[in-house]
Amino acid sequence: MFTLQEIKRSLLVSIWFVFLTFPLMVIRVDSIEKTVQWRWMNMVYVAIGSFLLSFVFRYMLQRKEMKSDDNGDDDKKDKTGRSFIHQGLADPRYRNIILGSLLAVALIFPHVFSTYQTSIMTTALMYVVLGLGLNIVVGLAGLLDLGYVAFYAVGAYTYALLYHFFGLGFWVALPIGGLLAAAFGILLGIPVLRLRGDYLAIVTLGFGEIIRLVMENWGEFSQGPSGVSNIPRPSFLGIDMSLDTALIYTYYLMLLFVIFTIFFVNRLQDSRLGRAWIALREDEIACQAMGIDKMKTKLVAFSLGAFWAGIVGVIFAAKTTFISPRSFTFIESAIILSIVVLGGMGSIIGVIIGAFILILLPEYLRALSEYRMLAFGAILVCMMVFRPQGIIGSIRRTYTYKKQTDGEVS
Amino acid sequence: MLKLENVQSGYGNILAVKGISLEVNQGEIITLIGANGAGKSTTLLTISGIVGCRSGRIFLYDEEIHTLGTDEIVKRGICQVPEGRHIFPELTVQENLDMGAFMRNDTQQIKQDLDYVYSLFPILSERRNQDGGTLSGGEQQMLAVSRALMAKPQLLLLDEPSMGLAPLIIKQIFEIIKKINLENNVTIFLVEQNANQALQIADRGYVIENGKITITGSADSLLSNKDVQKAYLGL
Ligand SMILES: Nc1ncnc2c1ncn2[C@@H]1O[C@H](COP(=O)(O)OP(=O)(O)O)[C@@H](O)[C@H]1O
Ligand SMILES: [Mg+2]
Repeated sequence: MFTLQEIKRSLLVSIWFVFLTFPLMVIRVDSIEKTVQWRWMNMVYVAIGSFLLSFVFRYMLQRKEMKSDDNGDDDKKDKTGRSFIHQGLADPRYRNIILGSLLAVALIFPHVFSTYQTSIMTTALMYVVLGLGLNIVVGLAGLLDLGYVAFYAVGAYTYALLYHFFGLGFWVALPIGGLLAAAFGILLGIPVLRLRGDYLAIVTLGFGEIIRLVMENWGEFSQGPSGVSNIPRPSFLGIDMSLDTALIYTYYLMLLFVIFTIFFVNRLQDSRLGRAWIALREDEIACQAMGIDKMKTKLVAFSLGAFWAGIVGVIFAAKTTFISPRSFTFIESAIILSIVVLGGMGSIIGVIIGAFILILLPEYLRALSEYRMLAFGAILVCMMVFRPQGIIGSIRRTYTYKKQTDGEVS
Repeated sequence: MLKLENVQSGYGNILAVKGISLEVNQGEIITLIGANGAGKSTTLLTISGIVGCRSGRIFLYDEEIHTLGTDEIVKRGICQVPEGRHIFPELTVQENLDMGAFMRNDTQQIKQDLDYVYSLFPILSERRNQDGGTLSGGEQQMLAVSRALMAKPQLLLLDEPSMGLAPLIIKQIFEIIKKINLENNVTIFLVEQNANQALQIADRGYVIENGKITITGSADSLLSNKDVQKAYLGL
């Protein structure tokens, strides 16, 4: 199973690594003493470390290939492979227990942990909703949108500016932000949705940048690069809240919103519209022949996704009380897209887990200080190699026909 | 029931259909034959509204339909089986058929139609939980036809159903087409390069060359027409 070949390859990798890291890890020039130190021990560490890592990597890769070899039917393998979460959720008894305990943890979270933790968790929840929103566009409808952050920005600026110019409160701005973002979604969608794949991705990417640049340069309107500050936190029946209470309140608000979103997206997946999206993703011409209006269906996906981003944008502005164009760079779009892809396109649980990993991991990896981005990158690369379908992967609901029963039984 | 008057359509600056007029009567099997690139597929796509009609008019009964969207046209009972089958590869056979009934709400009737379709193609019934993409070419074509039938069309547009199939399968599919026409009174507009087979089952035919209709007549007269024989029947 494990041949000399593999060991040889790993050796090569380790030699290569030693060579690459030699100037950094081994040589050290002491500029005060004007001497050169040779830290040979570091070289040994690098050699052994990279050899082991490469070996493990190869071993895992081989095991993965073996698995798919001796089980030709990919589908079956996947089903047993990720069954424990899905099976757990499929059985209503377990599902209630799992969901109940998750909810309980979520409910007591801010009372057990510090405000810092609560704040991070609120952010993670925001990304859960953003991920689920983008999942409608990318995962369900199969439209690659690289400018999703633009809608998020529209929502955030809607609240910030409505407050700034008209003194409108959070609860009024919330629906307006969502609707305005959805309107922008339609506005962008009409010309752009004729494009496919790569072209769509590029144009949406451009749109994301345009919104940011407009906000950065239109000083009188958006206060330019310095951003809008002193945005009020979410209000509750006009009660004055301390900073901590306001934070906890925002957390609960976000939690409620997450639950609503999950519920909504879940229903959406099984709806007529959801089926049309899946079909459209597979074959556009066939869909049109079946009488599905391509443009309308895509536009709905686009604007629904945008609506969610807009709402989260409003909450974001209220949570941080300060927004500037720097909050809405391309990297945000990339992170949200990574959440969807990492978690598993089209899978709700996958997207939720993806959001938690991508948002919480960098926070808690702070212990690794300067290496955290490196570790983060390594984790992502490993993910793509070992689970390209995402953590959960979507299990399409297939209806299996059983004789004697009437119609579709899942 | 369907009438095209001087229809022109195309892609970008290419005009593929250059002024076609033709008529399909209720209950007929009409065939449109022509060489590769003559504009047959474009004609069908224009009728179902997937490709825009540049000039001329298309009537269904007395209503102009060339201004309508694809969804409206399907609702009026025109359904197309696109060239190259275009089934949904990752949906099961059953789900593919469900998509065919996408525009309908009459659950009870849909169920009956499903049974009918499965009785036409028993092989599909055996494969109903299999992904569409894993079917053989012939089975995929059967699925494509069945899916269109699930829309309960009055007019079925078939684009080269014989493409890339073995002669035995072609024969089987053509027999079923005839059967659908007789049993359900579905009018059929059949586009084919396989002129011989098509004319065998058709009532009337049109020959299209370079975006224009050149010859028209009853199937028998076309079969005995010298030009048609030379160009399309290989006699
Ligand atoms: N999507 C397209 N874009 C541009 N030109 C096309 C497209 N489809 C077909 N054509 C052109 O239109 C003409 C007619 O094509 P088509 O209707 O597919 O012919 P047929 O179905 O008779 O083989 C051909 O010259 C073809 O090259
Ligand atoms: Mg063709």
